[in-house]
Amino acid sequence: MYDGNKIITGLIIFACLVTFPFLYNFGKANAKPDPKLDTPVIQQMKEKRCIETKEFMRANHMQLLDEWREAVRDGKRVYVNSSGESYKISLQNTCLKCHSNTKEFCDECHDYMSVKIYCWDCHIRVKS
Amino acid sequence: MSYELKANRRQFFKILGISALSGAGSISSLFALTQHSSLSTHHLGKRWAMVVDMGKFKTEEDYKRCIDACHHIHNVPDFGNPKDEIKWIWTAPYKNAFPEQEHEYIRDDIKNKPFMVLCNHCDNPSCVRVCPTKATFKRQDGIVAMDYHRCIGCRFCMAACPYGSRSFNWRDPQPFIKEKNIEYPMRTKGVVEKCNFCEERLAEGLPPACVEACKDNKALVFGDLNNPDSEVRKILSSRYAIRRKPELGTQPGVYYIV
Repeated sequence: MYDGNKIITGLIIFACLVTFPFLYNFGKANAKPDPKLDTPVIQQMKEKRCIETKEFMRANHMQLLDEWREAVRDGKRVYVNSSGESYKISLQNTCLKCHSNTKEFCDECHDYMSVKIYCWDCHIRVKS
Repeated sequence: MSYELKANRRQFFKILGISALSGAGSISSLFALTQHSSLSTHHLGKRWAMVVDMGKFKTEEDYKRCIDACHHIHNVPDFGNPKDEIKWIWTAPYKNAFPEQEHEYIRDDIKNKPFMVLCNHCDNPSCVRVCPTKATFKRQDGIVAMDYHRCIGCRFCMAACPYGSRSFNWRDPQPFIKEKNIEYPMRTKGVVEKCNFCEERLAEGLPPACVEACKDNKALVFGDLNNPDSEVRKILSSRYAIRRKPELGTQPGVYYIV
């Protein structure tokens, strides 16, 4: 092999560079997102629950909110949930009434998953 | 002339008759279609409208009260310069509000009086026709509303509206909103906005904010045009009212008593 030393050194350097991020973070778990629910409104609730089940909201809140955006178009402003209860369709006046801590609730997972939302361009975050 | 030829002529007239009839039928069905197009409001539901009684606007305070009530509730920014101005309800001199009726010898009190102007919520809104994303749409009750989620900021509607009722957010409006009303959202840079006849308040059974602000002197009256007993209909049937630029055929829903 011509220039064997150079090639092998080069290969070792290359392998080190490629595996560095994996080795560096090995064994270190990233802090899991921990959305907080301790707003004054939620704490005062007797039965702490959202408009749908926790599992449903966790998986489908984005689709639900997307459907809610149409409320202004069809003038349909009431959401009836799976157990037949009615809620006013409004991010500002329904969701954020309880989840006033958007920074500790919404951003927690969105930042972790690197999801960039533009809700707050128009909808007002209440300072918690 | 042979028998055969006679029969052909007979057939020809038959065909002529049938096609004339079917042609007439299709023309009438065409008219029927246009009458029931989505832009027509002559159905049985509500048709919201406003009457502006200009005689009741006496002091500057009378105008300010209405404008401030609206602009506060809807988080309308104040950029402090007329180029970037966002207008939901504002004042315009007579010659600009009613350019086709302006003349040299008009009464001084009218000539120099600022007129309260807002979106006319037309029956035939030109802004709705031009909107490429249907961000602006006409509701069944006559309100020309906007879905800001869909607005791409093309400003076709601003070119189409003959009343200047639409404003574009050239800059981020957030820092220019003095006191935020957290019950209602703001707008963002790059969208057009306008008066929505307080559709969010109507949904809760409340009158529009500007109407409520001047309820003491009833300078602004709001109601349903399709209801003959409504306050607006009573005023319109008893007093002479004009509308802005009626010759354009937009059929505005805001009436002025001058």
